[in-house]
Amino acid sequence: MSSFNLDVYMPVLILVAFAVVMVVGVLVVGILVRPNNPNDLKLSAYECGEEPVGTAWSNFNIRFYVIALIFIIFDVEGALMFPVAVVFKKFNEIGEGTVVLASLLLFISILIEGVVYCWKKGDLDWVRSYQLPETEKEEGK
Amino acid sequence: MNTTIVSFFTSNLGIEVTSLQAFLIFAFACFIVVNLCAVIGGLGTYAERKISADLQMRIGPNRVGPFGILQFLADGVKLVLKEIIIPTQADKMLFMVAPILCMVGVFATLAVVPFSSGFVLSDLNIGIFYLLGVSSLVGVGIFLGGYSSNSKWSMLGGMRGAAQIISYEVPVTLCILSIVVMAGGLSMTTLVEGQGGLPHQWYIFHNPFTFIGFFVFFIGILAETNRAPFDLPEAESELVSGYHTEYSGMAFSFFALAEYVEVFVVCGVASALYLGGYKVPFDLGNGVLISNITGAPPIVSNGIGQLLQAGSFFTKTFALYYIVIWIRWTLPRLRIDQLVSLCWKYLTPICIFNLIAIAIWMWAFEGHSVYDLFTTWLHSLGGGGGH
Repeated sequence: MSSFNLDVYMPVLILVAFAVVMVVGVLVVGILVRPNNPNDLKLSAYECGEEPVGTAWSNFNIRFYVIALIFIIFDVEGALMFPVAVVFKKFNEIGEGTVVLASLLLFISILIEGVVYCWKKGDLDWVRSYQLPETEKEEGK
Repeated sequence: MNTTIVSFFTSNLGIEVTSLQAFLIFAFACFIVVNLCAVIGGLGTYAERKISADLQMRIGPNRVGPFGILQFLADGVKLVLKEIIIPTQADKMLFMVAPILCMVGVFATLAVVPFSSGFVLSDLNIGIFYLLGVSSLVGVGIFLGGYSSNSKWSMLGGMRGAAQIISYEVPVTLCILSIVVMAGGLSMTTLVEGQGGLPHQWYIFHNPFTFIGFFVFFIGILAETNRAPFDLPEAESELVSGYHTEYSGMAFSFFALAEYVEVFVVCGVASALYLGGYKVPFDLGNGVLISNITGAPPIVSNGIGQLLQAGSFFTKTFALYYIVIWIRWTLPRLRIDQLVSLCWKYLTPICIFNLIAIAIWMWAFEGHSVYDLFTTWLHSLGGGGGH
């Protein structure tokens, strides 16, 4: 084998460093050629030509956070399934296929349970249909 | 097994290198790949305009260079010369970090893209897992861009972008898992080497479930890269231009370039996972066969083989790239509730079913594809009829 001692992950670090240098470099060198004459109107946030009202950093639709929460559960589940998936073929070849298939199905059944739970709770619906309790319905009439 | 581009060079040329030389070779390869992909991203913008013009019976850019092919360079020069406006209300540091994150995230994914069996910048043993993780940086960049602008349009776009990218990561991960089950490894070359050069040896035609899986994966990557019909984060008819409303000049162009390079990368991954990647029919990509036929020295035949492999990879990738652009100019945009229900109520259950079915298929048929089973069945018929 050759005698260089770069670790396998060193190339990735070099590539990332290269990308950062290139991107930041373009921005920094660009200072020399691009104009810079700001004024108050130009620097205000775009709101269809009107003066901006308030800030955009305010309360936001809760649905997006629910989606993010569901995602975290599923993504962790997916990440945990990778080791089983990697050894699946190897185990299959040495005749231990049933064991690995069972463990994969176990993992997937937890995933399915999650989907069914979220679906039943209505967390997968963007527009939730709120069913009013019986008493409120009558008051509404 | 070649782990990096450097070991490919050293084993082919039969030379020993010190770590400094290895570093230089690698830096050069990085330079080539990053620039090549930046040009591909630039040409992507040109292709987008030209193909959309074709589909709408217009001519499209035709002034700069032959057929207007240098249009992207002219655009680039113009964008460099434009002022970068940072709104007073914005979070100035995050505002400048966001486009950089997008670009770095996309360029970092280039490390594991298998251009040919030798030309992988770094063939990590967890390649596809790394790619899944690093490509999420783009989502972070898009959300940061939308958040830090402190403009309502940007905020809406950034929120939608984050919700969409993380939602569709679930079906994409499950599709990749089902391919990993079949290939038995995470590195990109392992995934490609499990396939052959001819279509019936590709994973897409391995069994009926991978065939469905390919389309689910393709829909997933359309959404991951914010391409139409999933371009809600930058929906120009409702959100002005979404998460990059406040960006101008080079900062804006980084978002655009990152999108086009990412489309190229994910198309490359789709071709590597399902369409045989760099595999060439009849083992022509293997240098041994070429030197047997032509009598060329191994270094030349190896080079030809690698070029053929790269050609195969780029052909498949650009075909997918064309389809992505074609879809953009054909389909209308989805609504956000349709987007979420498509992901969670249709694609995710289909993917889970696919994963189970593929695992059982691999277990029951010992990894044989439909084609294998069909040919053995034909053979048994022929053998029975002969007697």
